[in-house]
Amino acid sequence: MQNETEKSTEKTAIKIQAKNVGVSYSGMVALKDVQIDITERKVTALIGPSGCGKTTFLRTMNRMNDIIEGCEVTGEILLDGEDIYDTQVDPVVLRRRVGMVFQKPNPFPKSIFDNVAYGPKIHGLADKKDELEYIVEKSLKRAGLFDEVKDRLNAPGTSLSGGQQQRLCIARAIAVSPEVILMDEPCSALDPIATARIEELIDEIKERYTIVMVTHSMQQAARVSQQTAFFHLGELVEQGETETIFTNPRDPRTEAYVTGRIG
Amino acid sequence: MYNPMYKSEKKPDNTASKLSTGSLPGVAKRHRSERMFKATGLIAIAGGLLFLLFVLVSIGISGIGAFKKTYINLPVPSTIMQQVLDSGIDDADYYSLNRKALRERFPDISGRRDKRALYRLVSAIAEFEMKDQVVELAPTTNAPITIKFTASDDVDMYIKGTVDVAESGAAGRLNAKQVDLVNTLKQAGAIEVGFNWGFFTNSDSRDPELAGIKGAFMGSLFTLLVCLVLSFVVGVMSAIYLEEFARKNKFTSFIEVNINNLAAVPSIVYGLLGLAIFLGFFGMPRSASLVGGLTLALMTLPTIIIASRISLQSVPLSIREAAYGLGATQVQMVFHHVFPLALPGMLTGTIIGMARALGETAPLLMIGMVAFIADAPSNIMDPATTLPVQVYLWADSPERAFMEKTSGAILVLIATLIAFNLVAVVLRKKFEKRW
Ligand SMILES: Nc1ncnc2c1ncn2[C@@H]1O[C@H](COP(=O)(O)OP(=O)(O)O)[C@@H](O)[C@H]1O
Ligand SMILES: [Mg+2]
Repeated sequence: MQNETEKSTEKTAIKIQAKNVGVSYSGMVALKDVQIDITERKVTALIGPSGCGKTTFLRTMNRMNDIIEGCEVTGEILLDGEDIYDTQVDPVVLRRRVGMVFQKPNPFPKSIFDNVAYGPKIHGLADKKDELEYIVEKSLKRAGLFDEVKDRLNAPGTSLSGGQQQRLCIARAIAVSPEVILMDEPCSALDPIATARIEELIDEIKERYTIVMVTHSMQQAARVSQQTAFFHLGELVEQGETETIFTNPRDPRTEAYVTGRIG
Repeated sequence: MYNPMYKSEKKPDNTASKLSTGSLPGVAKRHRSERMFKATGLIAIAGGLLFLLFVLVSIGISGIGAFKKTYINLPVPSTIMQQVLDSGIDDADYYSLNRKALRERFPDISGRRDKRALYRLVSAIAEFEMKDQVVELAPTTNAPITIKFTASDDVDMYIKGTVDVAESGAAGRLNAKQVDLVNTLKQAGAIEVGFNWGFFTNSDSRDPELAGIKGAFMGSLFTLLVCLVLSFVVGVMSAIYLEEFARKNKFTSFIEVNINNLAAVPSIVYGLLGLAIFLGFFGMPRSASLVGGLTLALMTLPTIIIASRISLQSVPLSIREAAYGLGATQVQMVFHHVFPLALPGMLTGTIIGMARALGETAPLLMIGMVAFIADAPSNIMDPATTLPVQVYLWADSPERAFMEKTSGAILVLIATLIAFNLVAVVLRKKFEKRW
């Protein structure tokens, strides 16, 4: 567990810092020269037109790109000042600290309980059964799902609705107490009501976690994020306070995008 | 099924609504070709079923006799019982006594040839049957008893109607005299047809009336057990390694191509391989089910590897990513998530491979599992034969009475295969039911 007492001086600390990050898929450049600072315990939104490299960049931050054949990452990504692409770094340890929620809800075909308990189990976070139950309950509560599923924790995770499944995936990610949660368009497969529910949830949990969220909806970025980064054609065009990006963008491409002229 | 198209086609076009088939050119033709396709499919399926039915019925008709057996009930008069008591129940000379009982039953038979013909009405183990039944009764007085003898195969076939009576009065290998005797017995109610338990409890024999499939069945069981354990473990492990862990390069794709080729190699080649490796190089015992199982495992491996790889490939990437995203290692990801999801498909592939191995004959001929085995094997090192090889042996036998045994063994083989497939369905359901 990280220290949950908040110190006001650390509020603007930088959690992740990307330096000259470039990504190529089998030689095809998808992302080049990305410089970005991700602020701790804030929601950073990554926006941009389809295919501009948002997902690609998000996946560099917990080395999910490692499992894609032919994917090559250059530059540095520092998590608390340590380069995560250093040869010393174990992706298993990294991914415990930097969790991920995917575009399409992907619960394991196991029970709701087992879905949430899986992470703590493999990382040995609970020695006894009641400890595990406590973690599962706490995670489900944080993900705002507990009341809906408390009577059927043994039902398959896949039997839930799409929005519930996505909150289950968030609970599953929370259960290993990560410091950062990466979310790749977590609402793109959901209806407006489920989307609102997830947005609320993100707003609640941002006190505890640093959240980086890809979204194709500018309204969503405006609603839930404090920082926004705009990507275009494999480049990071502009980043800053969400309000500044939407009301007073510096780059004409950003302006064109947020006003709906490209995208 | 409700099909609105058929309704509207009956209406003439001019009165039809704007939505009828005829209102759009070419639609009728499209429906026609659809019906043609469906009809072709139905005909194909019906044809296939017809052939299957034909095979089952014809084998069933010729094989049903294997499950029935003819007995002759023969009275043993007091004089003979006295002799039994005199020399002791355990030590009596049942060989001569059973012949004597036959002679007493037909007192007017004389001459060596006719006597020998009489003796041939019962099976070769008549003296043992007599001894067993007397020992069981444990008589204390010389009261007459009745002994139930297994009829010889020739009598059996005559009673079952497998052989016709020729003009000379002979039937098959029974001469006219013997047919007469059997008819006399039949009229006296001394002939009895019962269920042939011996077909399941005996092993192979030179005498068709005594031959059973127990030995071959046990041999098949041991062989398949060795084959299953080996090919499932090795096959699934190789599939998992190749699919999930091995680096994709020229070498692994070379291996993949070769595995696919191996699946198409004629099975007898595996027999030669088994002969060279297991018998020639390792010096394992000939005819043992261990060697048969190993050889069949070689043959089954490619099938299992291919089926397992396909079912591994069908596990969605999203599940793998979910596991990785939580910090699972690759081994954890594979064995906690991918493997359980791929297992039903792997089992199906395994059962298909096993079914093929169960019916395989050619490779087993190469490693000597074709020998005459009179004792059921009790472990995997004993000489053994298998059901299909037994079928092959019996089919090749000159004795006509083995014909129905052949069909009977085929029926047992088919029943075993059906049981196999049922197990496969149940296993699939069991592992898939949860989700
Ligand atoms: N696994 C991959 N292999 C090859 N190219 C990829 C792969 N994933 C993404 N790309 C390419 O990288 C570029 C950026 O994709 P992505 O990061 O998915 O965009 P976004 O999430 O912003 O829509 C696209 O041109 C896409 O075709
Ligand atoms: Mg994307």
